[in-house]
Amino acid sequence: MEQNLLEIKNLRVHYVTDTEDVQAVNGVDLHLKKGEVLGLVGETGAGKTTVALSVMQLVPDPPGIILDGEILFKGRNLIYNSDRENQEMRGNGISMIFQDPMTALNPIMTIGQQLAEVVIKHKKLSKKAAMEVAAEMLERVGVTRDRINDYPHQFSGGMKQRAIIAMALLCNPEILIADEPTTALDVTIQAQVLEIIRSLIRENEMSMILITHDLGVVAETCDQVAIMYAGEVVEYGSVWDVYTNPKHPYTRGLFDSIPKMDVDDERLSPIPGLAPNSTALPSGCYFHPRCKYCQERCREQSPAMKGDTHQYKCWLDFE
Amino acid sequence: MDNLLTVTHLKKYFDVPAGHLHAVDDVSFSIKRGETLGVVGESGCGKSTLGRVLLGLHPATSGDIIFEGMDLSTFSKNEMIPIRREMQIIFQDPYASLNPRFTVAQIIEEPLRLHKVCKNAEERRKRVEELMEMVGLPRRAYNLYPHEFDGGRRQRIVIARALAINPQFVVCDEPVSALDVSVQAQILNLMIDLQKQLGLTYLFISHDLSVVKHISDNVVVMYLGQVIEKAPKQALFQTPMHPYTIALLSAIPSVNVREKRQRIILKGELSSPINPGDGCRFAKRCPFAQPECFTRTPEYREMEPEHFVACHRAEEVREGKLKYQTI
Repeated sequence: MEQNLLEIKNLRVHYVTDTEDVQAVNGVDLHLKKGEVLGLVGETGAGKTTVALSVMQLVPDPPGIILDGEILFKGRNLIYNSDRENQEMRGNGISMIFQDPMTALNPIMTIGQQLAEVVIKHKKLSKKAAMEVAAEMLERVGVTRDRINDYPHQFSGGMKQRAIIAMALLCNPEILIADEPTTALDVTIQAQVLEIIRSLIRENEMSMILITHDLGVVAETCDQVAIMYAGEVVEYGSVWDVYTNPKHPYTRGLFDSIPKMDVDDERLSPIPGLAPNSTALPSGCYFHPRCKYCQERCREQSPAMKGDTHQYKCWLDFE
Repeated sequence: MDNLLTVTHLKKYFDVPAGHLHAVDDVSFSIKRGETLGVVGESGCGKSTLGRVLLGLHPATSGDIIFEGMDLSTFSKNEMIPIRREMQIIFQDPYASLNPRFTVAQIIEEPLRLHKVCKNAEERRKRVEELMEMVGLPRRAYNLYPHEFDGGRRQRIVIARALAINPQFVVCDEPVSALDVSVQAQILNLMIDLQKQLGLTYLFISHDLSVVKHISDNVVVMYLGQVIEKAPKQALFQTPMHPYTIALLSAIPSVNVREKRQRIILKGELSSPINPGDGCRFAKRCPFAQPECFTRTPEYREMEPEHFVACHRAEEVREGKLKYQTI
């Protein structure tokens, strides 16, 4: 069997304050092979970003606490890393792109300085050599070399996001975690940026975890997909399996909620109710209050993940 | 034809140090009573400014806005007050458009007070309760504050406030963009139901083409301040005639994995709307641009009944002679 590059086992993360205990991630298992692209889908508050921050060892502490689980990167548990080992891992091993390109760049440094800073820190190059590496990387993501001395405010949204992608890729990471990388962009620019990400992954044999709420972006970019709800993965499998035959009632509900381009005038069937409050999760299956198939045992006991390559977490069996 | 609103040669320029920013530039269209006109386009194309100019929130630079046979562009501020009862707006961000220090009841009541619609407090209370029921807010929400609600419920409060004074025309500026998909569907269904029930006319602004396709009867596509295509929904999505519309439609990520779609990747980005000059504004990104496209602004013409396009080469696009390179 092919070795997993990254393996997350039974990850549990809470944000604990004096008054509240936010159960952000409640037992997540995920794995990522070399060259694979995994989509992490879910609505606001489903715990997607917390999973990503846990892998990066950037969960804000306090109030965040990793209560349980393992995060194995090439067989090594990142949770026991020292700060120094983490710094080494970030950038070289695993790199992350954050959601908002407008706030992820330093407004008082030029794009070139910000990129070069990363190279100098991680690769110990001279300033001049670092600037050259930065310029080459900018060109690869489609920003011309003569913009290297511009400040972030001189860049458009799409160009800023390209600069951030360039920054994340400077040290040839083995895994790229992209948290909603195109959400702030217009569709034609989104198409450009996704195409750049796809080709960079192919060229560098990189693996990626793509976090998004957009099921369409996943369909066009990912190999595997995990659907998250209330801090749990409720369905997990190849994009083909999950999209052609969604099994979990929540996944089915999501597909019924989105207007589709190739279907006319259907009435949307929203999922009734709201996502649960993570400080007071319901008993049993977290989805039961909104589920149209809900039965007695769904209210009392939490179902286990079942299935082989296409898994889902439900008491009922769906064909 | 019963048009509720007609705009002709509408322009809105903003003065900036470098010259004029052409936010809305020579736009003409009409909206029939009871229909939903969708407006799509990317950030900075002028779709929100258009909505605001129609409501008189920004004065137009030139052009006419005919609402119910009255030319609003000649109206003074005072003359506009009764007109405003007929036109309302729903904003994108339900976290920013509600006063955090007002209760739900106070928020919905405010337009009733301003326009002196109800005779007394008792009547106002009844009307607020009626509105809350109409948009699906529970009765106990009456004395709660906006922070106690999630995005979907807040948007219901915003809708109740907009409908309080029985407007005919509602500008919806990205009303579901800030919401999660399962909640987005709830709000879209609510807006469609309310439209049927109250005979509302919507101008529905969104960057999400699948949402616009779902809710609209006719659709306008904007690019850098201009309308480049307008057509009934079916025609626009099945036989788009402007190269930009074709590229825009192909760029929407689809959830249909059974069908491998051809994607068009446009080069470049929106150019600056400041002092744009002559010629087609899309020409720089258009693979079919000819020398003429850079010098002469294309006419906005009716190619098929109700299907308007502003492109020099629309005939060739219609006949399938121009094909994008796809990947």
